[in-house]
Amino acid sequence: MSINTAREGHTYPAITYQVGREAVREFSIAVKAEHPAHHNLEAAADLGHQDLLAPPTFGVVISQRAEAAVVADPEAGIDFSRVVHADERFVHHHPITAGETLNAATTLERIRLMGAGAMVTTVTEITHDGDPRATVTSTLLVRTDEGDD
Amino acid sequence: MPQLADLEKGQSIGHRTVELSRADLIRYAAASGDHNPIHWNDRFATEVGLDGVIAHGMLTMGVSVELVAQWAGDPAKVVDYQTRFTKPVPVPEPPHGSPETPTAQLEVSGKVGKLDAEAKTARIDLTVELASGEQRDKVLTKAQAVVVLD
Repeated sequence: MSINTAREGHTYPAITYQVGREAVREFSIAVKAEHPAHHNLEAAADLGHQDLLAPPTFGVVISQRAEAAVVADPEAGIDFSRVVHADERFVHHHPITAGETLNAATTLERIRLMGAGAMVTTVTEITHDGDPRATVTSTLLVRTDEGDD
Repeated sequence: MPQLADLEKGQSIGHRTVELSRADLIRYAAASGDHNPIHWNDRFATEVGLDGVIAHGMLTMGVSVELVAQWAGDPAKVVDYQTRFTKPVPVPEPPHGSPETPTAQLEVSGKVGKLDAEAKTARIDLTVELASGEQRDKVLTKAQAVVVLD
């Protein structure tokens, strides 16, 4: 399999993700996010949130589902079987709260070939009715496995 | 809640110790949908060149920002959060007892890295280290959270 850098800039079809209250609670417990706004409706409302507030990194649950399109794209030719997570960034344009149905579309932003691998950067835009909610940027180091072993 | 005018660059926002167990990794896998076996299966992790099971980078990132969220008073005030993953966090099987027994300890601390009066934001720079005995190894670099303040 050979990486096709011409695929840079390609945006994959958006996925839909419904933010569930229990999903927010479970994720919050998993990342030990103890702030009551993640668990308790009244505490969230006291801060002006319409429902349970998702923790700052909850967007990864959504972006990983959208990024699956890159993994499954034969034209990109990227083998994700051996990856190392290099960096991650969440930019929040508006808080994500339970009960919302969001869309997320991933763009294959950059492929940088290097040695026996490549740095692959994806940018996922999470939106609600077209309004931006969060931008998730993720860079993975993937092995190309050509010529070695 | 902290006020921008009261803050100075370099000021500490506190610290937090986070313990991780094998059970924590399973919970994160379930909650996040990231079921990569390097985070729960020692044999598989060893076969791909690791010493054993490691924590999800996103779990380390996720637990580390709680210090900032609590300090800010409202987690939604964290409008930008980024990091680089520099070192894996091994979470070995405990020698005996419950899989809830913590086998890795992270030390998280934060200080004010930058203040922007115009944008009304403070950038909090996090230090996240894996502690084992006296040794401290940085596992995240450029871990920065931008917080909107009044």
